[in-house]
Amino acid sequence: MTVNNVSKLHSRRIFLKTMGLSALALSMGQAIEAAAAEESPNETDVEQFGWLIDLTRCADCGACMQACKEENNLPPTVSAPPELTFNTWTFVETIEVPTTLGKGAVYSVKRQCMHCLEPACASACPVAALHQTPEGAVVYDVSLCMGCRYCMLACPFDIPHFEWNEGLTPVIGKCLLCPNRRVDGLKPACVDICPTGTLEFGSRERMLAIARARLEANPDRYVNHIYGEHEVGGTGVLYLSGIPFEKLGFRTDLTTEPLPELTWNIMTRIPAVAVGMTVGMSGIAAITHRRGKDKTEHQQQGAVGIATPGEASPSESSVEE
Amino acid sequence: MIALLSLISLRIILPLIITLMAVYIVLRLLGRHKISHWPAWVILLAAALFPVWVTATSTAIVRFTEGIGPVSGMNDNFPWGIWIGFDMMVGVALAAGGFVTAGLVHVFNIKQFHGMLRAAILTAFLGYLLVVGGLIFDLGRPYRIWHPLVYWQHHSVMFELGWCVSMYTTVLALEFSPMVLEKLPFKWPLKIIKFLTPVFVILGITLSTLHQSSLGSLYVLMPEKLHPLWWTPALPVLFFISAVAVGPAMVTVENLISGKLAHHKPNTKILSKLGGLSGAVLAVYLALRLADLTSRSAWSYAFEPTLIAFSFWLEILLGAVVPIILLGIPRLQFKLSNIATVAGLIVGGVVLNRLNVAIFGMLTYTGPAYAPTLRELSVTITLVSLGVATFALAVRYLAVFPTHTEEQPQLKPTWSDTRLKSRPVEASPVRNITVSVEE
Repeated sequence: MTVNNVSKLHSRRIFLKTMGLSALALSMGQAIEAAAAEESPNETDVEQFGWLIDLTRCADCGACMQACKEENNLPPTVSAPPELTFNTWTFVETIEVPTTLGKGAVYSVKRQCMHCLEPACASACPVAALHQTPEGAVVYDVSLCMGCRYCMLACPFDIPHFEWNEGLTPVIGKCLLCPNRRVDGLKPACVDICPTGTLEFGSRERMLAIARARLEANPDRYVNHIYGEHEVGGTGVLYLSGIPFEKLGFRTDLTTEPLPELTWNIMTRIPAVAVGMTVGMSGIAAITHRRGKDKTEHQQQGAVGIATPGEASPSESSVEE
Repeated sequence: MIALLSLISLRIILPLIITLMAVYIVLRLLGRHKISHWPAWVILLAAALFPVWVTATSTAIVRFTEGIGPVSGMNDNFPWGIWIGFDMMVGVALAAGGFVTAGLVHVFNIKQFHGMLRAAILTAFLGYLLVVGGLIFDLGRPYRIWHPLVYWQHHSVMFELGWCVSMYTTVLALEFSPMVLEKLPFKWPLKIIKFLTPVFVILGITLSTLHQSSLGSLYVLMPEKLHPLWWTPALPVLFFISAVAVGPAMVTVENLISGKLAHHKPNTKILSKLGGLSGAVLAVYLALRLADLTSRSAWSYAFEPTLIAFSFWLEILLGAVVPIILLGIPRLQFKLSNIATVAGLIVGGVVLNRLNVAIFGMLTYTGPAYAPTLRELSVTITLVSLGVATFALAVRYLAVFPTHTEEQPQLKPTWSDTRLKSRPVEASPVRNITVSVEE
């Protein structure tokens, strides 16, 4: 969380600095400063949460999915095999990895939101319906959402899902880290119910330490990679696996840089571009109109109306004939 | 049985009635409601489009009761279809003629283009209204379209787009307003607007710069999804420059079409200047595009035997290289056919570029997850025809083209007499071309 916040504050400072340059955007800057002040009390000493999913321990019992449905008042899943939808926020996917010997081994993979440290979906959301809590959970405020679905495109893991069969009040659905339980300091429902110890929940530091300890103690059992430690700048959810992640449908070609920076680098230039364009165009207009004044004086009555080109056009086109 | 009947009446009969009423109102306003006066091609076009309009009306009913899923090909794997990819991305790009022409006339003080300004502004204004129309279908909760203006999230490109597009649509409405205000008996509103026009124009250019580029910035967030032939951090720059290039080309296309329909001869001298402008900007765009591909060493993707590579070459060669070459041949400079070809190619190239970014380039990541449904297409086609109809209405009642203002007293074009006239008048461009070939 601390790294995350420092970079955020830093970028905010740059933003404000750029904003300060532009008289045009002054009022905007004030509002953002106010927003920044509002945020700061929350950033006391809440630790970034971590959530370790050790796939080698999963027994594919499906209890996590049931617990999630009950906790979040979601209807039981109708599709079999289940998939992530706007009202299925987690499920265990069964993946058969083919081997050269024919029928492959079967692996179980719990799918859910990764809760990125710097979530692309939240940075994409124009109204902050998707936003991050102080402990790093990416949550959703349905009262703000306008259903633009940019979050779905922005997410590198394709997690947010949309309610396609709803006329006027569709929602975006994804894991919210059981906010009602987190208020009381409880672990998410799926973590609580997991009977095999696949899921573990705590601070990210501790989860990373546990993961590293397991990799060290059992190098044969695991591939030497903690998925989520560095992917897109790090995620709250961390995976351990016994076979290479790409075989289990994980994207291993992701950048290790946080995605929001890509557009943020562009957004910070907007005030300068806006001011530059306005000043530049005003300057050009001032020059062309001063210089052109003497020349165009005789056709002044034409310039006021719109008839000038119309009058000019027949003679000009007749030249061509 | 009752359920089936209500379904039919709601999905077919009601849309049919609404569409018939809308078509009748438009024709009545145009003064062309007697079918016997229509030329054959108009009857054919209307007959072909009428079922599309009915489908779109029906789609509106289904979409707002049952959701986007049942009417569109969009799904969780492919959340943005042609309503964004075409209506929004292409619509905004092709409306660039508004701010480019306004800039040429009012900022660069090139009076020659003044005669085209009103048509360009009107088209841009209608274009943005269509974008909003598309959004009303596409947004999950369209009644919250104003949310970005109130609930800020300044990290989001979409937030900035929301602001710029809504502000620019307002600016376009103000730039368009003189055409209406000059019909009023009292002139003080017109005087105020005319006095403020330079402010609107410069504000319009700034806002256009921001959101034309932001449409590209949207996709910068998806380096893992958009095909490497298009994904680049320079997308906003490329989007802006290509919008500036397509602006004059689009104005040319409009001018040629409306000139053809209203039977006034296009001014090739001014149009070739517009073409030259387009070409110069397009050359800059092409150079940047190629440099960007080289710097990211993405060329290998262009030589793969894939459809997406073909689409890339189509966009680059037909949309940029060929028009630049055609513009470079001095002999062809004032030839109407060449002007039309170049403008058409540039417009086509930019349309393909936007579709490549928003649809085809994303399909390489998702697999064949999306194809637009007929209902989706019908909405897009209907929105465009609504725009054309509004344009025709505006031409009928407002002084959009300068020549029309002069002729207006005796100008009462019913299509019966245009049909009589049509033979000699239509022959004139052809004669033009043959003459220049002889040269």
